[in-house]
Amino acid sequence: MAKYGRDAHAIAALVREAEVHRDVYVDPEIFELEMEHLFPNSWVYVGHASQLAKPGDFITANIGRQPVLASRHTDGSIHVFYNRCPHKGTKLASEPCGNTGKFFRCPYHAWSFKTDGSLLAIPLKKGYEGTGFGDTQANEGLSKVKNVVIHRDFIFARLSDSGVSFEDYFGESLSTIDNMVDRSPEGKLAVMATPIRYMHTCNWKMLVENQTDTCHPMVAHESSAGTAVKVWKREQGDSTETPMAVQLYGPFMSPYEFYEQSGIRIWPNGHGHTGVANSIHSNYSDIPGYLDQMVAAYGEKRAHEILGEVRHNTVYFPNIMVKGAVQILRNFIPIAVDRTLVESWVYRLVGAPDKLYERALMYNRFINAPTSIVGHDDLEMYERAQEGLKSNGNQWVNLRRLYESDEEQDVTAVINGTSERQMRNQFHAWAKFMTMDMDKRVEAAE
Amino acid sequence: MITEKTITDFIYREADLLDTMQWQAWLDLFHPEGRYWMPLEWQQQDPVLQPSLMYEDLLLLKVRVERLAGERTFSQKPKSRCHHLLQAPQIVACDTAAGVFKARTSYIYTETRGDMLERYSGWASHDLVQVGDALKIKLKRVDLVNFDAPFGNIQLFM
Repeated sequence: MAKYGRDAHAIAALVREAEVHRDVYVDPEIFELEMEHLFPNSWVYVGHASQLAKPGDFITANIGRQPVLASRHTDGSIHVFYNRCPHKGTKLASEPCGNTGKFFRCPYHAWSFKTDGSLLAIPLKKGYEGTGFGDTQANEGLSKVKNVVIHRDFIFARLSDSGVSFEDYFGESLSTIDNMVDRSPEGKLAVMATPIRYMHTCNWKMLVENQTDTCHPMVAHESSAGTAVKVWKREQGDSTETPMAVQLYGPFMSPYEFYEQSGIRIWPNGHGHTGVANSIHSNYSDIPGYLDQMVAAYGEKRAHEILGEVRHNTVYFPNIMVKGAVQILRNFIPIAVDRTLVESWVYRLVGAPDKLYERALMYNRFINAPTSIVGHDDLEMYERAQEGLKSNGNQWVNLRRLYESDEEQDVTAVINGTSERQMRNQFHAWAKFMTMDMDKRVEAAE
Repeated sequence: MITEKTITDFIYREADLLDTMQWQAWLDLFHPEGRYWMPLEWQQQDPVLQPSLMYEDLLLLKVRVERLAGERTFSQKPKSRCHHLLQAPQIVACDTAAGVFKARTSYIYTETRGDMLERYSGWASHDLVQVGDALKIKLKRVDLVNFDAPFGNIQLFM
């Protein structure tokens, strides 16, 4: 039963000024439309260039649900393709990463392609002579994702041929990625290891919203962070130094006032971050030697500027979150309307002390792992919401906290840190990128 | 005198304490410097500079155990239960003079909560030390066969 078709008005009506209809989380048709419209119209994170260090290196990813493949060509350039053989559709690469050598070879019929995607060879090629093969899309080799931008080694792609440019789409929000990279004395990040993967039986947007939901930690995480603080108080004895673990858990229990004053900044197109003035990451112990390295690399003033920017969570719409201060990127990969794969990556600050990497890895397993007690708290809430939203008694989700009637859309603003405005900002962007090509496509189909 | 049977009995008893949710008695099996480690990589060597699912000292294990009983631990409403099915432990080392006692045990682990039931397979490696007459856990390492797969919540201990 198609409730929405490609009716842009019906889709837009799901988002009110400060409420959203539950169908955005529970309706399989809306999910299909997200895969068909929202994700292709958005700039989506594919991977990090350090994963493609040598020619022939490749990574695989999904944009929405479409499998893509990124490779490092012999000339050093990076290319993104749809991960399917132009012949019968077989995925060329099935592993998350690897090195393919000088060419990709389809395991089914041995068609081969250079690492820039061009067709290299087909066995018994003469069988295609005079067949018109030269005029087919297959003859062009791997279908390329044309709109690819690599910003400081972060590879983003937009599948739609037309749409908002990378620069206009992200604008000033790139400052969080910039800050994360600048935290390396060499201005360079490296992916050293596999991400932590965590399956969530909920809609992907619940995870994205939660990144700037500052009214839940002291409630939902009382069980984990609260217990950590309590047990440490009891067990610490004469110890004067708070262990790294307790430093990471403790700030989750900060009171409402802390989050209120720390602030939220919103940007156009659904991006935004918590922790403007300070954040839960502000008071970690100094790592010996690190500040000296940073001062040597950037000078006193700039080094303090970089390290003084301690943003909490930055949402890059639609589906990633970046934490510069602990070098983590979480990718909320939509699988189905009620199923989301979360991959949480840690970047190593090249040239920085091991201890920083140790802390980032520790944070990642404390908060983002299927074995994480903070993760257990959150997933329980998402699952309950996914179930609760099936109720017909009230079909709207309320996002009205600190709503003001004259709120402008697609602006940059700094607001009270407990506002739900970033969620409203996301849903404004959601409606925009869902519907921006719908009328056009309906016309084309008619 | 620690024998191979002492080690084997210790491992069976540990699983039994977990299955019967005697959390405090389970924690008491750990040496004060003991660790519980779930690697995230194949034949992982480093628990600190390579990513792990868990690498926890006694303080963090106490937090977990205390959390399980918390009034506001909503992910334990309803509560989880678990079941360990162990193969006979292979004794890797039983050297009383050196104080080295190690075993590796293949297992199937079941964790259930409400209507959900999840099953995991892997190997538990016990690195034990003698304290007085008893053995204590220096390191319990849990290697899942599919450590790289995306799991839902794993709330108890393998």
